[in-house]
Order: sequence, then structure tokens, then C-alpha cells
Amino acid sequence: MPAYPVVKCMADFLIKGGHVIDPANGIDRSADVLVKHGSIAGVGKFKAGTEKTIDARGCIVCPGLVDMHVHLREPGQEWKEDIESGSRAAVAGGVTTMCCMPNTQPCLDHAGVIRQVIERANQIGLCNVHPVGAVTRNLDGKELTEMRELAGDGAVAFSDDGMPVWHGGVMRKALEYASSFGYLVIQHAEDLQLTEGGCVNEGWVSTQLGVAGIPSEGEDAMISRDIMLTQLADARYHVAHISTRGSVALVRQARGQGLKVSAEAAPHHFALTEDEVLGFNADAKMNPPLRTEEDRQAVIEGLRDGTIEVIATDHAPHHEDDKRCGLSCAAFGIVGLETMLPVSLGLVKQSVLSMPELIAKMACNPARLLNLDAGTLSEGAAADICIFDPEATWRLDRNKLQSRSKNTPWHGREMTGKVTHTVKGGRVVFEHGNIHA
Amino acid sequence: MTQLNHLLGIRQLEKAQIEYLLNLGGSFVGLSRRNVKKAPTLRGKTVINLFFENSTRTRTSFELAGKRLSADVVNISTAASATSKGESLFDTGQTLAAMNPDVLVIRHSLAGAAEFLAAMLPDTAVVNAGDGAHEHPTQILTDLLTLRQSWTDVAGKTITIVGDIAHSRVANSHLISAAKMGYKVRLVAPKTLLPMQVERYGCEVFHDFDAAIPGSDCLYMLRIQAERLTSSCCFPSIREYHTAYGLNMHRLTLAGENCLVMHPGPMNRGVEIASEVADGAKSRILDQVENGVAVRMAILTSLCGGGTAPARRDGKRKQAESVMSAQARLL
Repeated sequence: MPAYPVVKCMADFLIKGGHVIDPANGIDRSADVLVKHGSIAGVGKFKAGTEKTIDARGCIVCPGLVDMHVHLREPGQEWKEDIESGSRAAVAGGVTTMCCMPNTQPCLDHAGVIRQVIERANQIGLCNVHPVGAVTRNLDGKELTEMRELAGDGAVAFSDDGMPVWHGGVMRKALEYASSFGYLVIQHAEDLQLTEGGCVNEGWVSTQLGVAGIPSEGEDAMISRDIMLTQLADARYHVAHISTRGSVALVRQARGQGLKVSAEAAPHHFALTEDEVLGFNADAKMNPPLRTEEDRQAVIEGLRDGTIEVIATDHAPHHEDDKRCGLSCAAFGIVGLETMLPVSLGLVKQSVLSMPELIAKMACNPARLLNLDAGTLSEGAAADICIFDPEATWRLDRNKLQSRSKNTPWHGREMTGKVTHTVKGGRVVFEHGNIHA
Repeated sequence: MTQLNHLLGIRQLEKAQIEYLLNLGGSFVGLSRRNVKKAPTLRGKTVINLFFENSTRTRTSFELAGKRLSADVVNISTAASATSKGESLFDTGQTLAAMNPDVLVIRHSLAGAAEFLAAMLPDTAVVNAGDGAHEHPTQILTDLLTLRQSWTDVAGKTITIVGDIAHSRVANSHLISAAKMGYKVRLVAPKTLLPMQVERYGCEVFHDFDAAIPGSDCLYMLRIQAERLTSSCCFPSIREYHTAYGLNMHRLTLAGENCLVMHPGPMNRGVEIASEVADGAKSRILDQVENGVAVRMAILTSLCGGGTAPARRDGKRKQAESVMSAQARLL
């Protein structure tokens, strides 16, 4: 392991000539951003002084992105990803804060593992990493973890992601206990009895391929139950990677009733459909699966009308060996950190969201849900900044990804929108394709 | 007509290719009835039958097809464990391809297995002998050849497929074939044995067998795997299944005078089909088996360069031949 200095020297600098978008402060105009001592010193017009200048003409300058749903695979599956390679992927994608899911080996159900992840991320120093603690010990859905201790050591929310908290009684207690202390419970919503053995969305595509399907009702049924329990427990409930028309309608209805229900959508669920897996493409296999065009449009509508507040990647690295074994046997999941921004920019291009609305869903909204000090360019805030050229086009080459895993459905496709600089805590950690570790 | 490089599914075949294989297959039927069942067509060719699933008729018919055409045939039967399926497929495929077979015939419980191998092995012709619930193209060609012997043409006819459609690669391939060859398919099963949105193939779906029989030109019965299906609640008992969906003599009388009976095998007598029907005058089940050998001869011949050899394999062959002629000069 290379020795990383814990404190890295930071020069003051000025980001000049860009278009600044900071949704938390209602900023959407041409301006400069001054960074001093690792913090935002101001947004406005500044004369270049002695400090270094980053030319941001033609680019958008926004808060470093916050991805509240990633799998970093450390500890336990470092051949797929580790905190360092995941951090490199994050900053290459403009992400300066990410929340890692607890399904590591051992899983994040003890304070020691939570501390280990945070310490390792701090040593690397490229990206802020906040662990999501397990809801149940061993993620086996039976006994609650020591949530207060985990939160005390840095867990920012609780989830058994990868697995649902399937037992209704346990879920009720989890929501009741977590909400006693204000914690958010994030659910991977899946009725395992309905989805057992499934590999792609159930429907016309699964029928043509002759593979077992995952019905969208498996997701809807679990969310429906959870919403009732959320009301019962007066809790805070967040739906991870929402993917179906029915689920979006359920969340919309619950929010309309004033329940503390929120949801995130992954870029692949609003950009791609089940047709991607025709031809047995294992790099388009994930859980929840890519759904129908109707579902995709419903997710887009949910993003547009605010039902879905957050865009998060569900970045799920897998080694080629776990994908190159036939569709039914292949692991679920795709990498997403490095494609989140360009893929999501499609929503602006299609006039679904304005640029500030889009950035809010990838910055201040998740930060607010999780009470994180992130996602803004407020004066005095840590200088976590993403600079991107919204018009630059490039072709995605999986072999050039920073992530250790290459499982992406976008290989070879043209992307519009490219991150030019990522600044974390006042330090330029990514610049025109290069990582500054 | 496009040259055939692999036989992965009915989906990848053009109508002209199907016609070609049926004609060629028809011409091979006589060979197996001769006293000396041997032709030199595939002398010097190597065919590997790689079977990850149990099979009697498909494996045997591929073996006989190759041997009667003088190819060297190797059979490999591997029981794939559920967890190592994929890995063993990848490694076994690469290993066998390194031995330069001309044709690799594969059966696997994994849908997409043949396409997976074909993508991995650019220099070997891959034949799909059944992949999961996806496709079984050689069975469909066998069926079409059999039906042509009775009908001359399948276009406009109605084939009624009865049974576990949801887990059937035969049903799936027939549904794809029907659109290309112009016949109609009726499906008969309870909803528990039908895949979602199967009607998008343009077929008629029935839950009542008796209602589907009038107007059918062929009743095509599928094997029911009782062990698998009762435990997953697809139907309550064999007894009830037979009552609702079994083909007995009474049901056969509801069909027209000329209605044929087929089954891809192996049969469960007394479950999906009564013995009197299976062994009766309308049954074409043994013709299917006989024609299976002929159709597979046609497939092997076509893939081994019965017409013009595919260019990419040509490249490898030319390279090998130039090396050999160089060696000859040295001698």
C-alpha cells in the first residue's frame, strides 16, 4: 500500500470564467469560484491574483457530486474494486462524496468495519466516503445492528442493500428503532419469493430469451408494504434504485400523504430498457433489472415531478469472470460512477430537468437526506467542486475506466458531457483525465 | 442465401436457409435406410458433441449423422453443477476449440450457451442442440421435415403446442419459426406454464385444451417434468394435469381426420400423452426421430462447407495448407 500523507498541501486557486450552478444557494450564472485554505471563499467576480487559475470557460462549475449508493467491495472482494480504485472512479466521474453499501465481507454491521472503511478512505484522500451501516447483523434479516454505535462511528444511514429487509416484523422494528434517532432506512425493495431465480425483467424479453424473469410486482409489493410500515412507525424510508412504474406511483402517493418517503433512481433505469439484454448481454444485467420503456418513462416522470429526489449509481463492480459465464449465471450489477454525469445530462438535453434541477439530484438533495456537509458551494464549505464541459463528446472505452471492474453497458457508446476537473477539499484530484493522488 | 456459419437458433436463420436445410435433409433420409449407411461427405472432419444435459435422441442422432457421413465424432457428456455451469462452459469450450474441431455441437441448461460459445470461438462452427428454455433449432427443422412428408408445405397449417410452454425451448423455437414459415401456432396450457407476453409472437393462447383442438392440423405434445413443476406450484398433480391437458383417444377424435400427433420426446406415457395415441396411426413421433438424423446430416454438411466454406475458416485452412506445402517443398 502506498503511504498517503494524511494532510496534503493545498494551494489557493480561482476557477475562472465558468457557469456556476449551486442549487442549494440558488446560483445559476456566470461567475468565478475562489478557493482558499481548502474551502469555498466565495462565488462572484474575482480579479486573478497570485493564486493559480483554472480556466472554466465553456464549462459548468458545480458542487462535487454526491452518490449515495455505491458498492466499494472493500473489505472482502478487492479484486472487483477497493476503496482506492472506487475513489479514483468517483473523482473521474466528478463525485466527491459517496456512500458505500454494507454488503462487504465482513459486512458493515460492526463499528470496527465502519471505522476501517472511513480511515482507509481518509488515507487515500481522493473522495469523501460515508458508510451505510447494515440494518441487520450479517445482512440476514433477523437481528438489528447496534445502529447508534454505528452512527456514532460514521454510518450515515442503514440498509441491507443487495438484500431486502424481507421480514415484515423485522422491517417494522428497524423503521421504529432507526426513526427513534432520526436515521434513514434505505430499502432494496424486492419480494424474494416473487423474484426467485429471475435474471432479467419478466416480460417479452425474458420470454424470447427463455430465461426466468423478475416481475416488477416484486418491487412494487415490497414498497407497498414498506410504505404502510413507514406510516405505522412514523419513520424515514428511502427506496433504493427505483425501477418500475408501479413503484414510482406508490412513492408519489406516499409523499402526497406527507409520509417521509424518498427515492433514488439509477442512470441505467432512466436511460436504458430491457432490450439491452437481448443477445444475452451480461453487462446489462443488474438488480433491479432494466425494465420496459413504460417503466423508464415513469421513472423519468418521477424525476421530473420531484417524486424521485436523488440520482444514485448503484455502482456495482464485478470481475469479468463473474460476468463471462452466461446471462443466467452472471452476477448482477454494473459500474456507474464514471458514467453518471454524462448519462444523466441526457435528462437536460431532453428537457426533463433544468441543469440546476439535475445537479440538485446529484448533490444537495442526497446530502440533505443524509445530513451530509456536502453538495453546496456555500462560503466556508469544503471546496468539493466538479467542473464539466456539458457539450464535450467522447467515446466510452471500458478499458480506460478508473474502476477496477469494466462491467458497463455503455462500452463503445458516445457520451456527451465530460468532467474536466474534480476538486476535493480544495485540492485538484482529477484534471483532464489524470488523477492526482 | 447467406452462408451458414453457426446454427444458433431459428431466430438467426433466413427462410431460404431453412428451406435449404430441409431439402438437403430430405435427400439424406434414404441414406440411413440403405444397407450400407455411409457416405464420404465429411471425411477428415471432426465433430464434437458437448452435452451438459442428458439427452438420448439428440445426442445419438448427431453422432449417427456425423458417423454416417464419415466424420470423426467425439461425444462428451458432462454433468454441470449448478454453481460451476458458466465457468466450465467457458473453459471447456476454449479447450475443445483448441483441438480444432470443425463443428462443436452443444447442449446446455443455460439459455444463450451456444451464442456464448460462438462469440468466443471464431474458428469453430457451433450448433445449438438446446440451450435452457431458449431455442432448439435442430428439433424444429426435424419437425418441419416430418410435417412436409405429410403436407408438402407447412404454410397456412395450424400446429397446437400443449404443455409446459414456459420451460420449453421447442415451443419458443416453433413460435419464431412459425412467423418465418407461415404456419400458425396455438398454445395450450394453464397460465402457470405460459411465459409472460407470449402472445406477442402472434400465436393464439388457450387454457382449455378441448377448445383448441378443432381446426388444429397437428397436436404437438410437450414433456411434463413432474418433479420440477409440482414443487414450484405450476400444477397440483399429474392426475389433474392429465385430465386437463393429456392427449387421449377421446380428444384425438375431436380433431379432424387428418390431424397429426407429434412429440419431441422423451414421452411420459399416461401423463401428457396416452399410449394408444403415441402408438396410433396419427402419430409421427418415430418419423421425427428418423428425420432427426437426416436433418442433422444436412446441418453438419452445410456447416462443413457443403456449399462454399465460410471465409474466416477458409483463412485458417489456407494458412495451414500453405504451411503444409512449404513442408512438402522442404522434403
